Parts: sequence; structure tokens; C-alpha cells
Amino acid sequence: MTYKFIGKRIKRNEDPRLLTGQALFVDDVDIPGMLHVAFLRSDYAHARILSIDIEEARQRPGVVAIYTAEDMGDDWEPGPPLVSPPPTLEGVIFNSRRQAPLAKGKVFHAGEAVVAVVAESRYIAEDAVEDIWVDYESLPVVVDLEKAMESDSPLVHDDLDTNLAAHMFQKKGDYESAREQADLIIQKKFYLDRGAAVAMENRGIVAHWDEKSQHMTIWDTTQAPIPIRNGTAARLGLSEKQVRVIAPFLGGGFGPKAMMFYPEEMLLPWLSMKHCRPMKWIEDRRENFYATTSERQQVHEVEIALTKDGRVLGLSDDFLHDTGAFDPYGLTIPLNTQCHVTGPYDIQNIASNCTAVFTNKPIVTPVRGAGRPQGVFVIERMLDFAAKELGMDLLELRKKNLIPPDAFPYDKEIIDQAFAKFVMDSGNYLPVVEKAREMIGYDQFIKEEQPRLRAEGKYVGIGITPFIETTGVGPYEGARVQIEPTGKVNVATGIGTQGQGHFTSFAQIVSEQLGVAVSDVNLVSGDTAQFHWGTGTFASRGAVVAGSAVLAAATAVRSKVLKLASKVLEAPEEELEFENGTVRVADIPRQSISLGELAALANPLRGAVEPGSEPGLEATDYFGPAYGATAFGVHAMIIEIDPETMMIEFKRYITVEDCGTVLNPLILEGQIHGGVSMGIGNAYYEKMHFDESGQLLNASLADYLIVTAHEMPNRIEIGHMETRSPFNELGTKGVGEAGAIPVPACFTQALENAFQDFDLEILETPLSPNRLFELLQREEHEE
Amino acid sequence: MTKLFKLSLTVNGNPYERQIEPRLLLSDFLRHELGMTGTHVGCEHGVCGACTVLLNGDPVRSCLMFAVQAHGHEVLTVEGLGTIDDLHPIQQAFWEAHGLQCGFCTPGFLTTLVPFLEENPDPSEEEIRVAISGNLCRCTGYQHIVEAVQLAAEKMRA
Repeated sequence: MTYKFIGKRIKRNEDPRLLTGQALFVDDVDIPGMLHVAFLRSDYAHARILSIDIEEARQRPGVVAIYTAEDMGDDWEPGPPLVSPPPTLEGVIFNSRRQAPLAKGKVFHAGEAVVAVVAESRYIAEDAVEDIWVDYESLPVVVDLEKAMESDSPLVHDDLDTNLAAHMFQKKGDYESAREQADLIIQKKFYLDRGAAVAMENRGIVAHWDEKSQHMTIWDTTQAPIPIRNGTAARLGLSEKQVRVIAPFLGGGFGPKAMMFYPEEMLLPWLSMKHCRPMKWIEDRRENFYATTSERQQVHEVEIALTKDGRVLGLSDDFLHDTGAFDPYGLTIPLNTQCHVTGPYDIQNIASNCTAVFTNKPIVTPVRGAGRPQGVFVIERMLDFAAKELGMDLLELRKKNLIPPDAFPYDKEIIDQAFAKFVMDSGNYLPVVEKAREMIGYDQFIKEEQPRLRAEGKYVGIGITPFIETTGVGPYEGARVQIEPTGKVNVATGIGTQGQGHFTSFAQIVSEQLGVAVSDVNLVSGDTAQFHWGTGTFASRGAVVAGSAVLAAATAVRSKVLKLASKVLEAPEEELEFENGTVRVADIPRQSISLGELAALANPLRGAVEPGSEPGLEATDYFGPAYGATAFGVHAMIIEIDPETMMIEFKRYITVEDCGTVLNPLILEGQIHGGVSMGIGNAYYEKMHFDESGQLLNASLADYLIVTAHEMPNRIEIGHMETRSPFNELGTKGVGEAGAIPVPACFTQALENAFQDFDLEILETPLSPNRLFELLQREEHEE
Repeated sequence: MTKLFKLSLTVNGNPYERQIEPRLLLSDFLRHELGMTGTHVGCEHGVCGACTVLLNGDPVRSCLMFAVQAHGHEVLTVEGLGTIDDLHPIQQAFWEAHGLQCGFCTPGFLTTLVPFLEENPDPSEEEIRVAISGNLCRCTGYQHIVEAVQLAAEKMRA
């Protein structure tokens, strides 16, 4: 398909404001009379609150009010369950325990909000937090996942018999019989640990209740403004029309900002109503580590069954999933893990048993990747071990098991995070693998380059890893497109935006339909007053779901334009074309009219709008996919490790992506680069270190190291293949999380390859230079 | 109540006088007293570099400085670089090379790079990576930023 705007490297509409400091972020909101909120947070991971002494704090000049859970009276109630357990799964157990606006009686994780201070300034509010005394009785702490499930473990939630948050079992075929037919069975146990999202902007909220107009306006660093609007209205007993939630420019999201409802999101609007004054709370970085969600800790016991020629007959995976102290986000992450643990492979017999576990750690919700990197890590590790056992080339083993192109749509016969059947829409995997193999020079590296470098004493290794990414899940998004009399086009959609370039990629979709310059399309996203239906930006669904809604609305406007222009220009619709903001008769370009003039004609001040038609050139439409769109890709890297420092240099880094139709290659590249940088962090630098008392030992950016310009490969080389998704008209698939997903798996493979003399077997992620040193020492000692 | 300090300084070429508490951070002063919210605060402990401004031409972390320390000095923030209709060459290069995504860290990168490119009109890639090593970006993976700096250097040499 040839496009004029879609697929072009167009620089972004939103950038001039961002580049000049003129873009509005939540902390930039300043309203006269605004009060500031700070929280006293628990120092303990698990403790009973015996008493709270706020008297001294109350005396401090500038302090307006102080609230504990008790002070909220009947208004104290935990947040809503955001995602319910999968209704279509038989025998699923789900114990819903949700976070409260302020801890009552007991704290469940370090950093949980206990007291809220309202003051004339943030400085005073934070001073007053220091004046408060809380008497805690410390309780035994649940940190380790496996210990948490032992019968003598302390309990996170006293009213439950165990720390089981959820249990679900999904299967395809019959693993036991596959096992019986297998020539080779491999069992391994993997430990995966937690990382933080670390958006550069911390969270923040400004809530403004206007008593006279009986209206609430909330600026929130949320990826999902509409659910926040709906939930806030319900909590406060307001109509949804009385609440406007604005997610302005966000300084990165990466998942945790979609978590709704954070305690602060419940409290700030309530406080504003209580005091009839605007309230602001801005999270600091330390709070961000404790009070913002994070993820990735799982323990997998895996078994894979193969024939001797390398065909995978079945996979069994029994895993524990850390959900932290509460589980408001349901089973999204482990469902993703289940969908990705068989990856792009045609495996007919699967048994996946998931146990989600409560621990006294911060709440777990999706972080870029959202359970997918864990699944990919497990299957790719297993295939690496299988290739070794079988004496096969690890790429040949993978190629043997890829889902063939004629098998699509391919039904994995399990359900996905949206509770829909996990049907993979389309794909042609082998050419993507071959392209990556060629780009990295796989055969030549193994045969020539690596032996030569190893002879020079260098530790160089290669990794190459295919992966899938489920994207573009439902339920739906919507959009409204309107041509103004100025000829400019307004677009509104409900999803929020955190840097993904929606202002531009969605504009390109509109331009394609209406022939206007991309810079003449003005998008509003994430303001419930502009568009009030939708769910949010997560699960790599923006381009697929909201993009398709924008396309549908723009197409509807296009037909309205054609109808009117045909009348005005006295030419049949088929002879009209859109060009540069005008509609003209194809053979007689002089016979044309601008879109702006048509918009004015469509909204007349005299005469009548014909019955059955609507004024203006405007349309609203929706897109709700039955299934998601599954993207595919391969990452490949060549690394060199300094044996003294264990520091890594990326000599080459290749990604080949098939995300269907590419809307804007510039934006796509940016998404991949950023994803890879997070993936490298996840693989080798970033781990949240909790001690046995549930304290996070590296809760600052000085201790929790995200990659800088130095740790990155100098050049990420990107290749594209395109298999259009048949499930949406754009033919596109999401790519927002892809960059991060396969990196730990690929990196680990490359490390083992570099240390092949050591017989290193890596069963964990993330690693670190220290940890790699330890593993190598252990190998040496064992030898 | 703490005794207020009469602060006078120049920001983006304009003189300002304010009565402030001595403990007020320069970042908070710029953002909340002067309303120049282009300077962003990402960590409040001097690591991320988002709050970088120029003090008498040198990059400093405005979250690690008290506003009173800028008394009598000249501060340049992102608002002082270019305007939407007339971008500074570094801003223009970031736009063209897609050197930003969420844009939160961007003002700190821009202010770090102004003196760097003045002193190094033709930097190597390695020099660029060293120059921006004190600025964290979670969106871009830095590659497009490095390319933006190369493009900016080209524009500024022309």
C-alpha cells in the first residue's frame, strides 16, 4: 500500500513546545490559593500502627491540616479493583487486596502513606512530616517469594490463610503425553528480579474543586485519565460530568503511571473538596522508588520436552509471581508471561501454572514489557540449554520450531491479558530471523571473528534472540476529528501520551485521509473534557487501537467532505481529490475549494442543515479489536567483556522488527532505542535490592543505576520487515515495549557465549558486574 | 519565621528581585517564584541533570543550589535559549534528529550542551557521550541525542 503521509520520517508536532520549556507538565500547574501535600510514609515494611502523634506538627506555622486514616471517617476506603481476574478461566483463585488512601492499623510495605500533611508550601508540609511521631510494632516481614509460600511464613494479609494472591492454570494439548514421547527433557529453575520504571518525571497531582461551579479539575501524571475520572467521580459521589481529568505532557510513563488508583490519586481530590482549595502533591525520587509500582520478580520451574532432532514437543512452567503488598492490577503481568513463554514457537503441549504471591514490598503493576521479558527469558534460556544438549546450532533449533507463516491466525489456546483468546494475527518469522542473522554476520562471527578474537585473549560473545510482543489489545478507544473553518483539523482522543509521539503519528493518519499538512493537525489527548471515552495508554496499544479509531473518524469526515464538495463543485465524488488542504476536481485543479471554506459551509448561519445530516465536518468513531496484534522481532548483539572489571562493551547491536505498518520510522526508531536502553538496564545494571526486612537499599538515582550514554551501544542498527496485521485497517502492530523485551535473554546468551570455556550457566536476571564476577568465581572454584 | 533574604539576580538577561527564604532551592525559585517551569526537577539529588541551568555560563544543578547562592549572578534557563518560532540551533537539531521523546530531561540536556558546543565546535562522538554522561534520559537510549548534538555542531559551525 502506498501512503503519502503514513510511514514518513516526519518530525514531531509537539517538539517546539517541549524544546523551549513551554509544555505543561503537572508540576507546572500553579493556581492561586493552592495548598501543598506531603506524606509521612512507613519506615517499616510490615508493622502495626500503635499510635500517631500529630500535635507538634499541627502547631507548626503554615500547616493547614493533618489527616490519618481515622480522620477520613467513612470516606476511607481502599481503591477499586482495576482489573478483575480472568472470568473465562476455570478454577482461578484471586484474592483481591487493594491499597488504601492512608494505612489504617497496619502498614504492608515500606513507603506506604500513613499521614497526609496539608500546608501552605511544600517546604512547610515536609517540615511538618518530620514533626510527626508514629509508634509502630514491627511484624515479621515477607520478602522472599518461595519462603512466602511455605506453611510457616508470616502473613502479609492476616485475614488470609496463606500469602497466595492468585492461582491460575492454563494449558494447551497434553504436556504429560508429550513428555512421554520426548527424547530429551531438560529441567531448570530461574530467578528473575525486580526493576523500577524510573520515568524522569516523578508522579504528581493537582486537584482543584471549585465549590461555586461544583466542578473538579485534576491534573494527573496518569496514562489512563478516563478511568481516573470515572473512579474519582464514583468515590466522591459526583457525576462524571463534574470531574475533568487532564493528563498534560508526561515525563515518561513506562507503565506505573497507568496504575490507577494510587493512594495519592484518591486523597488529593478528596482533600481539595474538603478544604475547597486547590491541592498539589509532587512525588520526590525516593517516594518514586517506594510508592510507585515496579515489577518483574518471578521464580520459574520449567521443563521442556524435545525430540532428538530438536523439535519442541512441550513445555511445562510452574512459576511464582511477586505481586507486592496488594494486587489491584489483577493478573495482567503473569498472563503476559504465560503468553510469551512459548514465544514465536509452535509448541502444541503447554502446561503453565501461575501462583501470585503477596509480599511486604511495593505494589507490582506493569513496567514496559509487563511480564513479557520474563516469559521470553525463560523460553530462550531453555532453548539455549536444549541446543547445547543436542549439539545443535542455537539458531537452527529456533528456526525448526518457529510458527510457519501459513499457520496464522495461530491460536495458542490460552487467554491473554485482555481475557481474549490469544490468537496471533499474522507473521512471517523466518525472514526476520534470517535478516538479523545476516545483519549481525552470525556465521562469519562464529567461524572466523570470534576464534580470532578469543585467540587474542578477548572475551567476546554473540547473542541472537527472537521474540514476540502481544500488542494492541482492547477493549476499545475512540477519537473525534473536526475540520475548523481555518482549515486546521482538531483531533481528540481519550488516551494519554508520555512521549510516544501521538501528536504526530495520529496526525499523519488524519493527513492521509484529508490531505492536510501534518503540522495543521492539532491533537488533544488525555483531557476528559475533550474526549470522554477510552481506557488508556498501555500494552503497546496506542497506535493500533487509538490510531485505528482516529483512522475511522478521519475516514468518516472524509466522506462528509466529499459529499459537500461534490455539491459545491458540481462534480461527482469519484472525481474529487484531496490536495494540500483543498478538495479539487482531479482533471480541473482550478476547480477547488479549501477544507476551511467547506467547514464554514457545513455550519451555516442561515438556511437549514438538511434533516438526517449533522452540522460541521466532524465525526467520532471507535475501534475495538476482538484480538490484539502480535508483533515479532529479533535482537542480536556482539559484546566484549573486560575480564578485570566485568564491564561490557556492545560491539554491535541489531534489531529487526516486524510491527506491521510503520506510521513514522523516526518515532519507531526512538521507541526501539529507548526500549533497548531499558532492556540493557534490566539485563545488567538495574535491580531493586530489598533486604530481609523489606527495605529497598538502592532507593536513589545515585544507587539505582539506569544506563547513561556510556553504557549504550554507539549504534543500534535497525532492520524492518512488514507483515500487515489483518485485524486493523492500518495493518499496524504495537512496538512500544518491544525494545525492552528480549534484551535480558539475548544478553545472557551472549555472556555465556563469551565465557564458553567457563561452562557458565546463567539462571537469573538481572545480572550486574558484581554478580557476573561471583558466578565466574563459582565456576572456577567448582573446577 | 525565617528571616527573608533580598535576592537580586539576572535570569535570561532580565533582572529580578525577590524576598525569599534562604533555604529555597534555585530550581524551586525559578519554577515557582519566577514561573519559569521549563527547568525540570527529576531527582532532587543532583544525579539526573534535568534541572541543569547555566550560572554565569557554566552548567549547574539548580536542585543542589540555594537560590541565594545565585545572588548577583546570571542564570540562563531553557526559556532563554530560543523561542518556538526562533529555535536555538541546538533546539532545532534536537527537533530534526528526534532527540527527545517525553521531553522532560530535554531542558537539562540543552543547557548542558550550550557551553559544551561553544567550547567544542567539532566534537567527536566520544566527547559528546562524555559531555552528556551526567544527564539521564529514559526514553531515547541517547542515540538520537548524540546525533542531534552532531547536527547542532554542524549548524553552529555553518
